[in-house]
Amino acid sequence: MNVSALTPPELFSRLKEAGLFLQAGPFITHMQTSIRSVAEGIGLLYADYPLAEDTGFADFHVHLIPPANLRRWFRPQVLFSFDGRIPFKPLPLDQAFPMLEWGMNWCVSGHSHQYLILHAAVMEKQGGAVIMPAPPGAGKSTLCAALINRGWRLLSDELALINKASGALVPLCRPVSLKNESIHVIRRFEPCAVLSREVRDTMKGTVAHMKPPAGSVTQSHVSARPAWIVFPKYQPGAVTRLEPQPKARAFMRMVESAFNYSQLGPQGFQMMENLVDACDCYEFTYSNLDEAVAVFADLKLPVR
Amino acid sequence: MKAAHNLVAQVLRHPESAVSLSLAEWDLLIRQARHADLLARIYALLDDQGLIDSIPAKPCAHLESADTVVKRHAQAIRREVLCLRKALATIDLPVILLKGAAYLMADLPPARGRIFSDVDILVPKGQLNQAEAALRLHGWASSHHDAYDQRYYRIWMHELPPMMHLKRQSVLDVHHNILPESARVHPDPVKLIEAAVPVGEDQSVKVLAPVDMVLHSATHLFHEGELEHGLRDLADLNSLLRHFGDSPSFWSTLESRAQELELTRPLFYALHYANLVLGTPIPESVFINQTVSKPSWLLVAIMDALYGRALAPVHPSCSDWLTGTARWLLYVRAHWLRMSPWLLVHHLFHKAFLSQKSS
Repeated sequence: MNVSALTPPELFSRLKEAGLFLQAGPFITHMQTSIRSVAEGIGLLYADYPLAEDTGFADFHVHLIPPANLRRWFRPQVLFSFDGRIPFKPLPLDQAFPMLEWGMNWCVSGHSHQYLILHAAVMEKQGGAVIMPAPPGAGKSTLCAALINRGWRLLSDELALINKASGALVPLCRPVSLKNESIHVIRRFEPCAVLSREVRDTMKGTVAHMKPPAGSVTQSHVSARPAWIVFPKYQPGAVTRLEPQPKARAFMRMVESAFNYSQLGPQGFQMMENLVDACDCYEFTYSNLDEAVAVFADLKLPVR
Repeated sequence: MKAAHNLVAQVLRHPESAVSLSLAEWDLLIRQARHADLLARIYALLDDQGLIDSIPAKPCAHLESADTVVKRHAQAIRREVLCLRKALATIDLPVILLKGAAYLMADLPPARGRIFSDVDILVPKGQLNQAEAALRLHGWASSHHDAYDQRYYRIWMHELPPMMHLKRQSVLDVHHNILPESARVHPDPVKLIEAAVPVGEDQSVKVLAPVDMVLHSATHLFHEGELEHGLRDLADLNSLLRHFGDSPSFWSTLESRAQELELTRPLFYALHYANLVLGTPIPESVFINQTVSKPSWLLVAIMDALYGRALAPVHPSCSDWLTGTARWLLYVRAHWLRMSPWLLVHHLFHKAFLSQKSS
């Protein structure tokens, strides 16, 4: 059964009472909240996601709650509770849904060292996956949102999970986080894209989340082979340019983008080496999304 | 609200019972163990028994994740100890490790799957200034800059304000005793230092003698006000007692040493609760001889009500309507034991009204 099988009132009352066991990628998150905007966000963006209530097991138990003080009523706030613990400062109530998204990313990146985890977007086409690590502001999510609207399968826009045993990329398909200008860029680029309500004045500026393609959600159990590592760089007015990156340089930049490289010790080094070895590495400068999509369509699988 | 079953304690007592847990029980066990900081300990226990392959994949992933962190952490601590040895060698002082780092370097059972945030060392009080200077020269800096905090630690506490290494960001607690100067009992640290034993061949890295190690662990736990790691610390005591308890002279030495160091009361509690919660085997004779320090039946009943709650994982499933009160009362008790009422009032007043303004 998918989230879409529940009517909005059913979804809201389930979130308010027993909670929703939502399967996204390899993780089951048990979510509870009585905040309406969160229920609306989930209903809109997670409609195609399966519910996983039957086993009684959840990887993460999260609860979005109002603070137990005056801020419940006066300029109301929201708290993210990780099974009873409050890891972050409260945010304005209006930011409750983005907070759920950020909190879920934190649950994974901080507690899932069975994977090598990179801060990177991952998309797949015809058996080859492209990994796009980038610091905030490099245009990673924008490019990712554009590509998945042009036939690429979304594995993740934020967290690349690499299986320790196989080196394969494990999908963690979740809504794509868009910030500030990117929101309008993507609306113009793909008018059919489903976006959540814009939330202003967050620590990242204005944010909205894009619903992932249904096909990517249903293929959430299918891992992908790494084929390319592309470091994107959005530069206003720049000519579209795909330049090979030396592997040693790519390796170091990948390490910088990893969440738990040092936690994995020698195994982390070995995994990263295998990963960079298996991929063709590029730096990609762009300003025009149509041209960018064309360049990605021309990527050839590495010959090994 | 009725407190649910403490699954962590059950699995620590009977690791083999883990294989018959349902997925819903695993869900609760993982949550309780995460809050008690015992996920990696459970991994280690199940691994020792060859049971890891019988654990369902979903919960097993969380145990593996915790194990990864702990293994890497152990590696970092070993390196940290080498750096400490180098720093203290300049003033001809051995590194005497306490708690987590000691278990790790001495390769003792409680080190398995144990994560801890800082390294604790014991230094003779007479050489405290020299040791501090040597550590500063090797990159450690005091992390408390508030003048009141500095004075508070130096006059009343049993340790310097925590130091942090400027490059590695590792935290070091330099102790000169195992209880605050202001506490009601005064174990003599010179005795602990004299009895400390080298780790392997290396005379410059030492840990406390087995009985002292148990007494320190007991003293620490039963003078501690914030018990969020209470069950983890009790699990340490459980593994230390099971490990050392096989040696025939251990128990009699433990009792006489406890009397010598004025630590019979914390020892009573340690043995009582390790046995009660984790089933630690304690020879009958020990409890009989301990009549001197055994509290009255009424006090034991009250303490059972308090510690019975506070030594459970800090998780809603292990709490009832009295848990909050129990934790608060033990917090007050710990401060009562650690400082006189006058000092306590002075300290709390300063913390509440003056410290924030000056920082």
